[in-house]
Amino acid sequence: MLARIPGRLLQIIPTLILIGVVVFVLLRLLPGDPASALLGNRATPESLARINAQMGFDKPIWVQFLLFLGRLAHGDLGVSVTERIPVTRVILQRLPVTLCLVGFAAVIALVLALPLAFVAALRQNRLPDLALRGLFQIGLSSPVFYIGLLLLGFLGARLHWFPVGGLGQGFWGAVYHLILPAFTLALSLAAVLMRNLRSAIIGVLRADYVDFARAKGITPWRVLTGHVLRNSLITTVALFGLNIGVLLGNSVITENVFAVPGIGGLLVDAIFGRDYPVVQGVTLVLAVLVSLVFLATDLMESWLDPRLHA
Amino acid sequence: MRAPLLLLRGLQTTLATDNGALTVVDGVDLDVREGEILGLVGESGSGKSMTLRSILRLIRPPGRVSGEILWRGRDLVPLREPEMRAIRGREIGMIFQEPMTALNPVLSVGRQILENLRAHTDLGRTARRNRTVELLDLVGIPAAAQRVNDYPHQFSGGMRQRAMIAIALASNPSLLLADEPTTALDVTIQDQILKLLLRLRETLGMAVILVTHDLGVVAQSCDRVAVMYAGRVAEIGEVSAVFAAPRHAYTLGLLQSVPDARRIRQALRPIGGAPPPPGTVGDRCAFIPRCDFATAACEVRRPPLISIGGGRLAACVHGDRLQQAEWAA
Repeated sequence: MLARIPGRLLQIIPTLILIGVVVFVLLRLLPGDPASALLGNRATPESLARINAQMGFDKPIWVQFLLFLGRLAHGDLGVSVTERIPVTRVILQRLPVTLCLVGFAAVIALVLALPLAFVAALRQNRLPDLALRGLFQIGLSSPVFYIGLLLLGFLGARLHWFPVGGLGQGFWGAVYHLILPAFTLALSLAAVLMRNLRSAIIGVLRADYVDFARAKGITPWRVLTGHVLRNSLITTVALFGLNIGVLLGNSVITENVFAVPGIGGLLVDAIFGRDYPVVQGVTLVLAVLVSLVFLATDLMESWLDPRLHA
Repeated sequence: MRAPLLLLRGLQTTLATDNGALTVVDGVDLDVREGEILGLVGESGSGKSMTLRSILRLIRPPGRVSGEILWRGRDLVPLREPEMRAIRGREIGMIFQEPMTALNPVLSVGRQILENLRAHTDLGRTARRNRTVELLDLVGIPAAAQRVNDYPHQFSGGMRQRAMIAIALASNPSLLLADEPTTALDVTIQDQILKLLLRLRETLGMAVILVTHDLGVVAQSCDRVAVMYAGRVAEIGEVSAVFAAPRHAYTLGLLQSVPDARRIRQALRPIGGAPPPPGTVGDRCAFIPRCDFATAACEVRRPPLISIGGGRLAACVHGDRLQQAEWAA
């Protein structure tokens, strides 16, 4: 199982090149360019040409792409057009914040979904099940920013329980500041996971091996943890991996609502500023992250289900 | 006569379905003696498997079990779950029809045995491991020590059934409930598994209730046979006596429906019609619509299971007439 990791890591490379091409081309299809975005009303044909030449945007697009690839091979993502500092440094400043936010959200989602899925499955179609499903249906169907604004307005601005933005001081300050955004981010994922896990558990509870386990005279707790949990988690883990991508996407919105200085805010600013190198860099870093998460969930899945590494 | 190990009296099992309560076991009377193999036969839906599950009270709420389940003289029906768990697996083991689905696919076979030992014995870690290998060896799994850590999908069908038997035997039960253990296997493997059960009965002195719909299996391996129809026992007695001279019209029909393997292209003689859906029998013999012998006497009430001598019981009004009919056939 572990022997497959290097191969899987190599598979990420073609994915990255493909994503690189798509982002590279799409960006240049957008109306506007970095120089005019940077100069705004002050732009003259001469100043535009000077900046384009400085940044290398006057070269043919395929030359630009080869230069981009060449630098990428050395781990160089170029220099930010607006900030005039290396893109890698900008990303390294903001990435940890986003990682914390998304990681925190994933943990909250799991902590909510796991026990609640069991409660709902074991009380199928009774009050707890219906209440939880109704609640999560709301969580699932409301846009992230809407829930974010509600939480922010009520728990933050009205009750002053939580800060309304920023990152605070030190680790615990950051945790405190990230509770609301992480919770906002976690809700839809928790809803997806809970629904999936609930039906998986209901399916597994009907399985013969659960009856066989009960016929052994082991306690209901051991039947649940030893037999039901592991079998139901198999599909949920795959779903969790797929949704980490969604979570990263949603974090762009959440970071803006809660003014969290993460990579999401950086990406939005960079798109408006036509800061090609930053957009490319951020996209690639996100792609690497998502690929790594997929790899991790694949490994987790085959650890859970021995039939997969036959 | 050996003392009864298990005595069922008026066992009734009701399942909750979307269409309301459904009584699938409807007054089963049965006795199992120490060390014997009792065959439990009947069509699909006659309540054989449900009777087994009811004995261990594996019926999920809101389904419920009533009547008496006297295990060594102690009624299991009123027992609370923790008390029941001390019986399940430890005193009464159970194996299922389809070993592929009854073994947990994500746990190694060894772990599924260990789990049983942990729940029911005081053995330490190493002792448990040794016992696990010993059990796999006992049921005839070659290279048991290497196969302990294998998963069910790495076993063949017959080996899986052996592994399931090993799990059920982990804490030396006095009774094994076997729910069609050979149905999913091909004939040669079936034979091996039956021989294994017979051997285990000899060496461990364990009684077995063997549910099957294969009368050949009963003839080959059982001491006594109980024939079930529509949630109730129709006839019970020594296998040789019952097969030689059935005293219930349904048993006769079953025996006549077995094709003779040595004669080619013979007409099959199935029992016409289908068994009544649960809960539709009422106060008359459940077999009337399909019975060649039915008379007005069968309509009076549902015939009780009564002793007809020689340790046999039957629930048929026309037991005597069957004998003549069979000679005629």
